[in-house]
Amino acid sequence: MSDFPRPDELYKSIDYSPPATGWMDTPIKFRPGNWCYPAKPDVLRYVHFPNPREWSAEDKDWKLPENWQDIIHQGFRERLKKFRTFQVFMDICVRCGACADKCHYFIGSGDPKNMPVLRAELLRSIYRKDFTLAGKILGKLNGARVMTEDVLKEWFMYFYQCTECRRCSLYCPYGIDTAEITMMGRELLHLVGCNINWAMEPVANCERTGNHLGIQPHAMKDIVDFMCDDIEEITGKRITVPLNEKGHEVLFTTPSGDFFADPGTYTFMGYLMLFEAIGLDYTMSTYNSEGGNFGLFTSHDAMKILNGKIYNEAKRLGVKWILGGECGHMWRVLNQYMDTMNGPADFLEVPKSPLTGTVFHNAKSTKMVHICEFTSDLIRHGKLKLDKSRNDNLRVTFHDSCNPARAMGLLEEPRYVIKNVVNNFFDMPENTIREQTFCCAGGAGLGTDEFMDMRMRGGLPRGNALRYVQEKHDVNTMACICAIDRATLIPLADYWAPGVQITGIHEMVANALILDGEKQRTMNLRQEPLPGFEEEE
Amino acid sequence: MNALYSLVFVLTLVLIPLVGVGAADLKTIFGVCIPSTAIIVFVAGFVYKIIKWSRSAVPFRIPTTGGQQRPYDPTMFKQNKWDNPSTGPQTVIRMLLEVLAFRSLFRNTKASLHEGPVVAYASAKWLWLFALLFHYSFFIIVARHLRLFMEPIPGFVNALDFVDGILQIGAPVVYQSDAIIILGLGYLLGRRLWDARIRYISLVNDYFPLFLIIGIVLSGVYMRYFAKVDVMAIKELTMGLVTFHPHVPANIDITFFIHLFLVSVLLLYFPFSKLMHLGGVFLSPTRNLPNDTRMNRHINPWNDPKVHARPYADYEDEFREKMVNVGIPVDKPLPSAPAGAEAPEKA
Repeated sequence: MSDFPRPDELYKSIDYSPPATGWMDTPIKFRPGNWCYPAKPDVLRYVHFPNPREWSAEDKDWKLPENWQDIIHQGFRERLKKFRTFQVFMDICVRCGACADKCHYFIGSGDPKNMPVLRAELLRSIYRKDFTLAGKILGKLNGARVMTEDVLKEWFMYFYQCTECRRCSLYCPYGIDTAEITMMGRELLHLVGCNINWAMEPVANCERTGNHLGIQPHAMKDIVDFMCDDIEEITGKRITVPLNEKGHEVLFTTPSGDFFADPGTYTFMGYLMLFEAIGLDYTMSTYNSEGGNFGLFTSHDAMKILNGKIYNEAKRLGVKWILGGECGHMWRVLNQYMDTMNGPADFLEVPKSPLTGTVFHNAKSTKMVHICEFTSDLIRHGKLKLDKSRNDNLRVTFHDSCNPARAMGLLEEPRYVIKNVVNNFFDMPENTIREQTFCCAGGAGLGTDEFMDMRMRGGLPRGNALRYVQEKHDVNTMACICAIDRATLIPLADYWAPGVQITGIHEMVANALILDGEKQRTMNLRQEPLPGFEEEE
Repeated sequence: MNALYSLVFVLTLVLIPLVGVGAADLKTIFGVCIPSTAIIVFVAGFVYKIIKWSRSAVPFRIPTTGGQQRPYDPTMFKQNKWDNPSTGPQTVIRMLLEVLAFRSLFRNTKASLHEGPVVAYASAKWLWLFALLFHYSFFIIVARHLRLFMEPIPGFVNALDFVDGILQIGAPVVYQSDAIIILGLGYLLGRRLWDARIRYISLVNDYFPLFLIIGIVLSGVYMRYFAKVDVMAIKELTMGLVTFHPHVPANIDITFFIHLFLVSVLLLYFPFSKLMHLGGVFLSPTRNLPNDTRMNRHINPWNDPKVHARPYADYEDEFREKMVNVGIPVDKPLPSAPAGAEAPEKA
């Protein structure tokens, strides 16, 4: 990526003034960095998605099925009936423009079609032509246009330049949710075989192996054992992790990114040490080794298929309730879709913390508790022995992940945990956190390297807010509760705020956590010296 | 260009009654037939649209949450009940704030880029303010017009009339709502014309209703303050309409027919346009549902049981040998291995 622009050059290239030609008459250009590679044919065949083939967005011929317009039309009609969101959002936008500068991709690119209102108009213009009388008669005068291959290409570009983060939806006076628009757009694109590999291969892997990386059960056991070795080296204690065992109280589900790549692995070790410290009676599962749901941004059916494994496994293993790790897309599905899609979970019990007796009434139907809720409750009841000073080398800020923020409202729980395990915590400016948080620009399947140009552009608002606290408070660590964040925020921080590292909350919890019978800790989970032990290297 | 088209449209619409009534003297058509048709189309169209929306399913409960969720222990964290409601009554308050106070628009910010680079966000409440002014004055003006359709005039209409003219300026007294709506419309039109970004997204569908409403307001203002038309004659006509005894008095000013025609066009246009946000705002699933899906199961009417996860048994069949080899418990033993021999004790 030698020709990649420097941050100041990229910044200078952003121009918010729209082009002279109207948006319907302004052609789009696929260039390296602004689109993700198409799904491989084998992947599509495995998940039974239509039209598997080799193709590229930069090709002139996308090898669409012969009757593709008809397929799209029928799919559009069907979804208008199945989703009131879609039907109402097609009808009521007044184009007030309040959403325009709320999108991270617009802020970082200045491309007017990244204004959420125009992203939706890409569908709305076809809706008017195909489904409204005025659009049929008046055509372009009524903002309607005919579905052509160029329109389809535009859909592919802009529905894969949206991370479904819902920030625009917060500001819309009618709650028009671009995540819904994008989900519909992507479902329509699937019907004619236009999708991206970074979303589809994980979907296929999740279905087959239980996790998006395609890790098979024996390999997962190896990975977990390896982490237990590291934990032993750091703490002197040997931990065993139950896999696929029946008869435990809790099933623990977390995104598989956590046991595959740094720094998620440290977060994962953090969970294991926490469970060891409190003696939690739990098991994990290889069949359900992915909490993160790649179906959320693929299709509603794919979401249901992948999510179904959690309840399946909870039932098979006979647990009482389910604990979920730090993950954004996973928690949107768990909060807003799981019970509807795969419930009722009447074979489980209302979650109750075995240590504090706290009953999680707010999860009485899904029976799934967020680990930040669980840990904050432990801390409140003094069940954890914590030495905050072990994190004194960290000056921490917190990135609210889009989905827990705007599809759940998990805002105070993670902050409470952080403040109890570190001494130096600083929030970013208020327009960039909590419900107003900015996306990492790599969510919804877009966290892939070939998309780096748009990721860095979309990462500008988050990176800039991070830079602000870095300069003002010497922040050197950004915590998050999302596995995608833990992967995508690293290049983002390197680019926009070099020197800031990314961490999960439970990595910091485990660093501060004093285990019974542990040896004197001299290093943190990254095996770097703890504060006060730097000299002994 | 879209603005110009819309302006020409509306001017053409003004010409129609000018010619129709002024030259051709089709007073019954413009005074009775067109308005009654418009009302019927408006009501039927509005109802049709609402029914169409209601018949579209709400498969999932997906509110956009704007604050702290209901925590597991209310003493632990404070829930933001109005922006992230978890019960019906809280959701009603969220909707009331949205519909009556434009809560979401109140959040509006403006992002700007500066050297550094620095992305700055400033509060931007002008749109909220003028949108609110426009909608409320529109509402008051419509309510004031009830005096033309009711005999005796209800007390609240007279009260509204009095309050709206409380500044007692001019004769006839100037209604504040008339001044404010012109201000509001001016802002809404002005930002579409001058803000390059808003101009870029604006369609004829956006300018046309603005010019139409401006036309209605200006013709109304002209009648009241300048032409000083015979209101009693107009009331004779309007009362005739609502009592189904249509009658067009002779001494009605041509401006009234223009005003009435533009209103009729607005009513005809309304159900098939973005103006239906009036009804749609109540039906938006990201606003009108509580964030309670971990507590109460929401039902999807088209949930398809045939769509389901890969069954565990299928998974174990594919990986059984590998699982057994590393000591992961399995449900069905390997054909050759003695049953249960490989499964470790519970940890």
